[in-house]
Amino acid sequence: MSYTTIRSGEQVSLKRAPRASAEHVDKTYPLWFHLPGGIIYLVLFIVPTVFSFYFAFTRWTLFKSTFIGFDNFVLFFSEPGLIGSLRNTLVYGFLTSGLKVVLGMMLAVVLSAPIIARGYLRSVTFFPVLVSAVGVGLTFQVLLDPFNGVVNQLITAITGHDGPGWLTDPNIALLSVVGIDVWKGIGLATLIYIAGIAAIPNEYFEAARVDGASSWQVFRNIILPLSFPATSTVIILSLIGGLRSFDLIWTTTQGGPGFASDVIASVIYKQYQAGFYGLSTAGNVILFIVVTAIIYPLSRWLNSKETVL
Amino acid sequence: MNAIRTPTRWLVGLVGILLTTALFLVPFAFIFVTAAKDANDASMLQFSWPVHFQLWQNIVDVFQARDYMLVIAFINSTVLTVGSVALMVVCGSMIAYVLDRRKSRLNPLINTLVLAGLIIPPAVVPTIWVMQSLHLFRTLPGLILVEVAFGLSFTVLTMRAFVATIPREIDEAAIVDGAGPLRLFFRVIFPLLKSVIVTIVVVQSIFVFNDFQNPLYFLPGNQNATVQLTLFNYMSQASTTYNLLFANILVITIPMLVMYILFQRQIVAGMTSGAVKG
Repeated sequence: MSYTTIRSGEQVSLKRAPRASAEHVDKTYPLWFHLPGGIIYLVLFIVPTVFSFYFAFTRWTLFKSTFIGFDNFVLFFSEPGLIGSLRNTLVYGFLTSGLKVVLGMMLAVVLSAPIIARGYLRSVTFFPVLVSAVGVGLTFQVLLDPFNGVVNQLITAITGHDGPGWLTDPNIALLSVVGIDVWKGIGLATLIYIAGIAAIPNEYFEAARVDGASSWQVFRNIILPLSFPATSTVIILSLIGGLRSFDLIWTTTQGGPGFASDVIASVIYKQYQAGFYGLSTAGNVILFIVVTAIIYPLSRWLNSKETVL
Repeated sequence: MNAIRTPTRWLVGLVGILLTTALFLVPFAFIFVTAAKDANDASMLQFSWPVHFQLWQNIVDVFQARDYMLVIAFINSTVLTVGSVALMVVCGSMIAYVLDRRKSRLNPLINTLVLAGLIIPPAVVPTIWVMQSLHLFRTLPGLILVEVAFGLSFTVLTMRAFVATIPREIDEAAIVDGAGPLRLFFRVIFPLLKSVIVTIVVVQSIFVFNDFQNPLYFLPGNQNATVQLTLFNYMSQASTTYNLLFANILVITIPMLVMYILFQRQIVAGMTSGAVKG
């Protein structure tokens, strides 16, 4: 008898405990807390993204859409001005990202060492991050003016030759914008690296010193591997930013001269302005695929390497 | 890293000062001196001290141009920034809090959506289409909601890491004292998020205030201009008034520089979150 009461007592408590806690959790942390943000996000981000996969296959006036199959994509991939934007997007994304990784790392190593005026140097390299892309773009348009610009006047003064048409020569316009983008974004990469280097425990540096390691060995065997989380953050952030980049390109070259520096994001805007909403949306879908196909596997790979460390 | 000898410290520091001055300070100095020149002087595009120093006059001109368009733009940009950042903070912290505290079957889905928001480029024309059907296109509230939708992922991700550091005992104590979910969150938890909220506010304000693409698409028209769009007032094929252009750049950059000086620590914390994992 007593055995059963104990057992039933146990059963009761076993039964009650989870139910009470589920109720408790539901009361304390209600799921409707997701709703205000979730509705805004679903309506203005997820819904348009899902519908873009339909409208990309139509001729579309915002009021009326006619299904035309793959025509928009065929046009995109056969028109030299449009397909060039795909190549430019990849060049722009990988170049800006690569340069920010290398230069940001170098700057951060210098700015982590106890050099004089460190605070000043950190602030100055970060200032461009705070200026809008429009402000930076217009300023550099003037600085890089082919005839009167400060940069080319300096080049003429030193070499005696005319400087290149940085933003007007189709061969280098895209690279010039890459340079401006790196100038603007290097401060953020450096900041992330500085935080990554600061997080490395001091014991490693002390051990290296005891062992008589050279500066290069310290960099190669301690800083480089142990700041890997910072590297992968910089790669992912700058690649996402670079592949989607619009503001800076639009305010420096507007994709020109010709189509020389057009990227997918600027094509989307041009087609939108011209009223080709279906084609513009097809550009959006292509950009979606490009960004996801690069970022998703890359971030998984970087994450797996991070956990190995 | 402490093993550097004193002469090297000075040498590297001096080289650094020279290089960064040439590369980073000269463009800023150029903005400043050109903003202070008269129209003729500025059109030479030289990096030189102004012949007539008229910075104040140019700033006044810039504010008065086109029926005080810049004043309207500053009001628009302020409403846009304050409105969208406030919504991001409230909505984002609510999501981050429940996402961290409650192990629900929705969590994997929500996590996926948060990551999608960071990666996927917004679909422009379909967004306009949705906004039009909701009568939000070409309206400031519409643009505010768009900025919230695009900025929410970063907010949730940053805040969630912080919410996880707040002990659950605090929740329990508040519940024992008879607090409901709303009071628990807004009176007890929300104030404890202060430092991460400041970080989000600063970082997202810089982003929204400097944004060009979204106002261009979703809030076209001169009467709706945000500050970034006012710069195009001074650009034209025939004659660009460079002194006013640069005075305008100066005026719209100063708020962000002030923000940096005031909140340097929080900006650093926000922008480096994620770089320093275990």
